[in-house]
Amino acid sequence: MSDRAAHRAIDAVWRIESAKLIARLATMVRDVGLAEDLAQDALLIALERWPETGIPDNPGAWLMTTAKRRAIDLLRRNKLRDRKYEEYGRASPLYTEDDVEKESGEIGDELLRLIFATCHPSLSQEARVALTLRLLGGLTTDEIAHAYLVPEPTVAQRIVRAKKTLGAARVKLDVPEGAELEERISSVLEVVYLMYNEGYSATAGGSWIRAPLCQEALRLGRMLAEVAPREPEVHGLVALMEIQSSRFKTRIGLSGEPILLMDQNRALWDHLLIRRGLAALERARSLGRPLGPYALQAAIAACHAQAPTPGDTDWARIAALYEALSRAAPSPVVELNRAVAIAMAFGSAIGLQIVDRLADEPALKGYYLLPSVRGDLLAKLGRMEEARAAFERAASMTQNLPEQALMRRRAAECAERRGEDTNGVPGARV
Amino acid sequence: MRFMMIVKGTTDSEAGVMPSEELVAAMQRYNEELAKAGVLVAADGLHPTSGGIRISYPEPGGKPKITDGPFTEAKEIIAGFTMIEVKSKEEAVEWALRMPDPHGYGQGQIELRQIFDMTDLTQDPEMLAKEQALRERLEGPRRT
Repeated sequence: MSDRAAHRAIDAVWRIESAKLIARLATMVRDVGLAEDLAQDALLIALERWPETGIPDNPGAWLMTTAKRRAIDLLRRNKLRDRKYEEYGRASPLYTEDDVEKESGEIGDELLRLIFATCHPSLSQEARVALTLRLLGGLTTDEIAHAYLVPEPTVAQRIVRAKKTLGAARVKLDVPEGAELEERISSVLEVVYLMYNEGYSATAGGSWIRAPLCQEALRLGRMLAEVAPREPEVHGLVALMEIQSSRFKTRIGLSGEPILLMDQNRALWDHLLIRRGLAALERARSLGRPLGPYALQAAIAACHAQAPTPGDTDWARIAALYEALSRAAPSPVVELNRAVAIAMAFGSAIGLQIVDRLADEPALKGYYLLPSVRGDLLAKLGRMEEARAAFERAASMTQNLPEQALMRRRAAECAERRGEDTNGVPGARV
Repeated sequence: MRFMMIVKGTTDSEAGVMPSEELVAAMQRYNEELAKAGVLVAADGLHPTSGGIRISYPEPGGKPKITDGPFTEAKEIIAGFTMIEVKSKEEAVEWALRMPDPHGYGQGQIELRQIFDMTDLTQDPEMLAKEQALRERLEGPRRT
């Protein structure tokens, strides 16, 4: 095996094994940062040896054994870590590969504990994301920096600080119960969804989609659904991400311009992902608790996914789901979406009334979709000049270049149609 | 990127012999591992080809020829598949190596194939252009 091939193969093993490895080590040494160091040390040893010896039959067990031996060495040398050494001693330090093999399989709780640690409330949102991608996704700081378009040292620093914060706060590595569990889960889901959204609709720059982040978020979500299967919102979030991902292919045009939901070619939606999304939503429902915000959003996405043509969309049902969502998680953005659904189900004029009520909403002050939706409804009502102004306003409010271009194009369309007498006639476009 | 791990047919799978309990359990553990790693997309087994139908086009532009199973050439037959979503080909290989020997009687064979799919969202403009061209070709007849 060439060195290069060996390194690529070791990368693959690392990607598969690192989360489990760090999770288990963290449970033993009660320190997430130390656990990662130990796992990394083991990886370095593997990088030296495997190109010669070949990859062992059970690489996970090999790495685990090596990491544990390193831990013993390190702790023996470092008397300052007596406390940890003691705890570690209790966890029986003499491991063989056989022991590790016997252990493997039942890793759910340890992974969940690690996820809870990386998404701990004592960390900033940015730190949670970086640490989760690093420790659970097995991404390098360089890859994370790339995904977030920030300099690598920034990410490295965030991670170092995050690990210090966790250490200083003596974060307990445990799975909480009852109300605390739900709170912690929702903090984890927030991080995963943040990651997904960052990839799904890049906030700035020329690229509309940053795929690796979406894929990593989806993978983490699927992982979470396995280790915390009794939490309906976990399945709700997975359902939402699966269904949104099913439209990837159809969301951008040739030159990177966005294609809106109603204009997308539904034949090109990924029906495997839609099925997975519907199944996840069903799992959320089957747990018998009221649907939370993620599951409700997934249910809305499912309505679109199940309509064979845009004309088949069940807008009344979507409006009802937004109604439920605005009760479960009230926000001006949800209200804006509810206005769109109501406009589609019951007429643009009623929708416009709701939108206009949102005009002074401080939270939507810089939100380009507000004038965009308004422009859309005005255009449908034949009020072209007002619609044009709204689209222009929307274009001036977004930093995302493809979005800007789309808004300008729609403004130009309205300008062209200004002379038409379309008053009261619904427009053809959605 | 998505890969399909194709489990090839064997004389047993074609004869409808069910796998041993141990193998079923091992496969189940394997699938659980895939699911827990968040990489499992789909997995299914297929009935023997005795219930299968083959449609072929022996003449260019001609009518389809329908043949009922069973089909010979067990090695060319698919007995089941597992679809995974991973970051690299090496990762797919590593997972495939961890699948238990699918038959256990010396005939087990797994074939790993990457799925042609643009959901991996390339941002390479050339690839996007190709995808668009393909899309237009696919949509062409439907518009008329």
